[in-house]
Amino acid sequence: MRAIAPLLVGVAPFGLILGVAAAASRIGAGLGWATSPIIFGGSAQLVTIELSDAGAAAAVVVATALVVNARHLMYSAALADDFRDFSPVWRYTLPYLMTDQAFAVSITRYADVDDAGYKRWFFLGAGLALWLPWQVTTAIGAVLGAQIPTSWSLDFTIPLVFLVLMILAIRDRPGVIAAVVGGVAAVAGRTIPYKLGLMIATALGVAAGVIAEKTRR
Amino acid sequence: MSDWLVVAAIGVGTYITRLSFVALFGRSGVPGWLAAPIRYIAPAVLAALVAPEVIAPEGALDVTSANPRFFAGAVAALVAVRTKSVAWTFVAGMGALWLLQAAL
Repeated sequence: MRAIAPLLVGVAPFGLILGVAAAASRIGAGLGWATSPIIFGGSAQLVTIELSDAGAAAAVVVATALVVNARHLMYSAALADDFRDFSPVWRYTLPYLMTDQAFAVSITRYADVDDAGYKRWFFLGAGLALWLPWQVTTAIGAVLGAQIPTSWSLDFTIPLVFLVLMILAIRDRPGVIAAVVGGVAAVAGRTIPYKLGLMIATALGVAAGVIAEKTRR
Repeated sequence: MSDWLVVAAIGVGTYITRLSFVALFGRSGVPGWLAAPIRYIAPAVLAALVAPEVIAPEGALDVTSANPRFFAGAVAALVAVRTKSVAWTFVAGMGALWLLQAAL
């Protein structure tokens, strides 16, 4: 708990905002909130709400959300050695609780301990410490959001959250280049049907980031 | 109904990415060619989601005073860079948007 507490500070406002945004969107408060237990990943949930609202093709919504969640592959690979010692029940249930925060605190702690029992309880604790407040705050947001009139422009909260997440995700120069190319390409391709321009822009941004990283070395 | 299917598909897909190396693919690790692209997905896709909403909220490119979302977005971006906080960015961005909408 003590390890993950500082990381929980950002969860409450993000959860509330996501709930409010869901209530203001086409898929509504009910399904919008249900993304919390079903998907349990803030950025991907927001992508789902936003793109469904914007009339994107179902395949584009699914593909974009999964691309956003592709970072879990890295976490999964990094945790594989430690999780190998767990029984199948633990190995198949704990990953559901995998988040940026739970990964960060666990991988740090795992470097210092060599007790599989402690490791799995630590991950469960870190995971639930995030899971519970997330379910509660998104529900509160969804209930509140349903009461708020559209003239308040609350749909704008979605790009605002994406904006902060983008700033947090940029760690170096290639990251800046990936963001600039992705953003410019998305504006240029915004009229492509079914929001396919988003996928193209993402691919171009990722390619630009990779090239920038290669040329820097 | 199709919205529920979309959410369910994303839920299952996300669970599989989380489970991937822990339980499914063995311990081979992420192949090298995939590691670099994964690093840049987040900045690229998030920028692609934000930029059109701020620069062309009505569909047409608009960075004039007729588009309060452009200026509110710029204020929010500055606050996001300085504070790295969801809450403060939200306050600054929505505050700026409401002020500009009231002024116009």
